[in-house]
Amino acid sequence: MSNKVIHAIYDDDDILLKAVKEVREAEHHIEEVFTPFPVHGLEKAMGIANTRIAITAFIFGLTGLGFAVWMMNYMMIVDWPQNIGGKPSFSYAENMPAFVPIMFELTVFFSAHLMVITFYLRSKIGPFVKAQNPDPRTTDNMFLMEVSVDGDEIELSDFLTKTGAIETKIVETN
Amino acid sequence: MSHYEASIREPLILGDKSYHDISNDIAAPIEGKANKWWWSVFIIALIAFLWGVGAIIYTIGTGIGVWGLNNKINWAWDITNFVWWIGIGHAGTLISAVLLLFRQKWRMGINRSAEAMTIFAVFQAGLFPIIHMGRVWNGYWTMPIPNQFGTLWTNFNSPLLWDVFAISTYLSVSIVFWYTGLLPDFAMIRDRATKPFQKKIYSLVSFGWSGRAKDWQRFEEVSLVLAGLATPLVLSVHTIVSFDFATSVIPGWHSTVYPPYFVAGAVFSGFAMVQTLLIIMRKVSNLEEYITRGHIENMNKVILVTGGIVMVAYLSEFFVGWYSGSSYEDFTYLSVGAATGPYWWAFWALILCNGVFPQLLWIKKLRRNFTFSFIMAAIINTGMWFERFDIIVINLSRGHLPSTWTQFEPTFVDIGIFVGTIGFFFVLFLLYARTFPAVAQAEVKSILKSSGDSFKRARDSK
Repeated sequence: MSNKVIHAIYDDDDILLKAVKEVREAEHHIEEVFTPFPVHGLEKAMGIANTRIAITAFIFGLTGLGFAVWMMNYMMIVDWPQNIGGKPSFSYAENMPAFVPIMFELTVFFSAHLMVITFYLRSKIGPFVKAQNPDPRTTDNMFLMEVSVDGDEIELSDFLTKTGAIETKIVETN
Repeated sequence: MSHYEASIREPLILGDKSYHDISNDIAAPIEGKANKWWWSVFIIALIAFLWGVGAIIYTIGTGIGVWGLNNKINWAWDITNFVWWIGIGHAGTLISAVLLLFRQKWRMGINRSAEAMTIFAVFQAGLFPIIHMGRVWNGYWTMPIPNQFGTLWTNFNSPLLWDVFAISTYLSVSIVFWYTGLLPDFAMIRDRATKPFQKKIYSLVSFGWSGRAKDWQRFEEVSLVLAGLATPLVLSVHTIVSFDFATSVIPGWHSTVYPPYFVAGAVFSGFAMVQTLLIIMRKVSNLEEYITRGHIENMNKVILVTGGIVMVAYLSEFFVGWYSGSSYEDFTYLSVGAATGPYWWAFWALILCNGVFPQLLWIKKLRRNFTFSFIMAAIINTGMWFERFDIIVINLSRGHLPSTWTQFEPTFVDIGIFVGTIGFFFVLFLLYARTFPAVAQAEVKSILKSSGDSFKRARDSK
């Protein structure tokens, strides 16, 4: 089955933002918006839910902290306890002050890297991935709104032009 | 949507720019050909780099006996250079992370290059601890990995091991932060590239960035969280570097003021290096409308503040040393003994370059002057090199036993490696300036309407 979408191109972020609101009020479905830079308020206007990536960063950080504690406890206390500088390795808690720097560094290391990897995976970006923006101008100065057609396409196209689109194009997708 | 910004704030983007103009201006150095200035500086840097490579090979092949180290002074230029480079790196993270948390829009014109500088400076810094091990092929012994020596683990009580973790975390997180910010800008270059090879390369490095609304939402959140992680990280790195000294028992090193004082010094010297690079780059790459006089002035203000913190630390070290009445303290690097002893020149280089001359930046006319800022940056970088030299060499030259007192004389190998790292740094930075978008254009576009000169004027005249 083939579906049709309209690519409406805008040349200003403020007009785009207004258009997104109007299109949604007219109960058309916005598939996607491609912009050259982060337009503030766009995700709210489009009704996109907040990202939870900061929560994953927190969990990854806890993982890193846990790993650091486990690693140093095993190496310094369990496996080969040594008396270093007159401070015998009786328990992790007693020797903890010296371990704080590494606990901190590994928290940051895990949190930062795993969060970025999560971001890349979720947004499907990475080496050898082909870009998906339908028009090359959307990384320069144009803003592209992809609206699905569920009725008269000419009417919708005229409506989008009225919201400020400088170009509209009907595209078939599968 | 309102893009209001107080008219009293200086515009951050000069000239009558559109979004497309910004793309053109940022892509121009990449798409154009290098001029002869670029080539001549590049060749000089390359020669210095190769000389450094030769000196490093000689050191590794023969042993670190080829350096000027002696029984008493067992750390000298190697660790001086290490601390100097790692300190320089700190400004990039400060600009990209701390200024992001404080929502300083002026960071957007300079953060890309400052972060590039961070990464390249940390490369240089990382070389020194590795080379000074002598047997570099055993460098992996610093990693806590199961090994053939039975259960011989690394010593997690040692600040030197903390350094390994701090610096590798810092370098890798900085690279990831920088690269994620680069994706939309690489995508911009990719989508306008006309040469097939160029298009292929930028398609590969832009990771298929498309600029969907959801991607941007995640992008901004990731940038914010990375900034929040990088801020304590950057403070921890130089704190831990200072622990290398502060946890020892050498007079002059064993000092609790070191961590904050080192961090302030790092930012101080790092901003000076950003000035050095950007004052030239804005001219060579035609970025004068993005890296403005206002940017230079703001950086000079940061230099003034951090320079003040450093000076207060010097004064308190000097005073407390003198007040203790301990005879050892009269030989530490901030003492009457140091000021009048055989290393008087290093002592005064430190005081003049870091403490006295930067006070000229209180004068507004001077801190808004490009030539003056450039010269001042060179003075500060010299001064900060001497700070580390003084801490290491002056303190080691005078121990508890007067018969061991000695001085340090660098050999051509010491000098060669240092000059080589400067060459390597500039080789990397010059290559970066020709192939990477040197200004975070996506971010700059997002502030064009609030902070662009023509937009501000149009709004204010209403």
